[in-house]
Amino acid sequence: MIEVKNLSKSFGDNMVLNGITETIQKGEKVVVIGPSGSGKSTFLRCLNLLETPTGGEIWFEGKNITAKGVDIDAVRCKMGMVFQHFNLFPHLTVMQNITLAPVTLKRQTKAEAEQNARRLLERIGLADKADVYPGSISGGQKQRIAIVRALAMNPDVILFDEPTSALDPEMVGEVLEVMRELADEGMTMVVVTHEMGFAREVGTRVLFMDGGVIVEQNEPNEFFSHPQNPRLKDFLSKVL
Amino acid sequence: MGKFFEVINRVLIANEGWKVILSGLGKTVEIALFAIVIGTVLGCLFALMKISTIKPLRWFANLYTTIIRGIPMVTQLMIFGFVIFSGKNEILVASLAFGINSGAYCTEIFRAGIQGVDKGQMEAGRSLGLSYSQTLWKIILPQAIKAVLPTYTSEFIALIKETSVASFIAVTDLTKAGDMIRNATYNPWVPLFTVALIYLAMTLGLEKVFSRLERRLAKSDRG
Repeated sequence: MIEVKNLSKSFGDNMVLNGITETIQKGEKVVVIGPSGSGKSTFLRCLNLLETPTGGEIWFEGKNITAKGVDIDAVRCKMGMVFQHFNLFPHLTVMQNITLAPVTLKRQTKAEAEQNARRLLERIGLADKADVYPGSISGGQKQRIAIVRALAMNPDVILFDEPTSALDPEMVGEVLEVMRELADEGMTMVVVTHEMGFAREVGTRVLFMDGGVIVEQNEPNEFFSHPQNPRLKDFLSKVL
Repeated sequence: MGKFFEVINRVLIANEGWKVILSGLGKTVEIALFAIVIGTVLGCLFALMKISTIKPLRWFANLYTTIIRGIPMVTQLMIFGFVIFSGKNEILVASLAFGINSGAYCTEIFRAGIQGVDKGQMEAGRSLGLSYSQTLWKIILPQAIKAVLPTYTSEFIALIKETSVASFIAVTDLTKAGDMIRNATYNPWVPLFTVALIYLAMTLGLEKVFSRLERRLAKSDRG
């Protein structure tokens, strides 16, 4: 579904991604972990071109999206993203946050979009919040709504950029729960996170990044019980 | 006390000084309204140019704000009145001059407002598949407008006060009207305090209107 070929990215002289080649299949839940500054967020943000790669190619559903003249907006409709800081639109109600994109892009009529949004909100137990503004709800609720907002576009894959890192500890669980449900439904997910429990239980594959490259990867059990690379061993000994 | 009203009667009523003041007020309001409309339109336009990725647009917008903000208002007004539009309707010329001047300040106010919106908002909009301009109009600008409203109010109020130099190009605005009555009646305090009170009433009124608007826009902050 997503093919990354020799991806590199530098900010000025600072080389952040150093030639990454990776394929993500439909239905996979790929979890990316690594120390801060390892390039994992940049890698994720390159996948939907929020960062412009300096080298290499990204193919999505058989199309080279790094080629010139590609309609990146159309690509992003199929690639949802959830941010560390939620980035809900504070001037719009929860309902409007969810329906803005599908209605503006004429994917759905306003009535369809609202019906769909209500169904999604009910699923995460926040139907009563439809008409409030994001300023009056908790961080965990914001992030669940941000996930629903991404879902409203019916994406084929969702990218999660440290979705629980800005949350109070007691709210991490509710967000992970929604992500777990999504995973169970077969959504393709790429998740940058520090939640090792989530990586182990939900991930189908875990990537360890350091110094702008993928140092090691494996299915979760093997990954956590038999790490090979000394840097991964060192990292896991600190976080587990 | 009787003396007080007698003087006011002599200066403002008996010789129809109030008509002069009213006509001056009309011109002041006319110029200020035209100018704020021109200034707001120019401000939006040039602010968008300033944040644009196209270099010549940014360059042109920077040139505009640098020149306008670097020259005193009265000098600009006189250049407009006696060089560029010499002999044209002085109220229109004054409106244009004040509008173009105010536009430069509005540009900076709006630019700061747009750039003050969290970067994540643009990213969130774009990640949903919205285009740059769709995100700008539906997500960034509504938040920017709310943020700049207080500074924009001050700009409008400053503009009303600045129009008091319009008489440099022979506009009989509110200030000039007061001055003319002073000359004709040899009484300085009645016309000048009257004029001062009228300015104060206008600026206070505007502040009230805008702070109500602000409160209404703030409703999303309270949830």
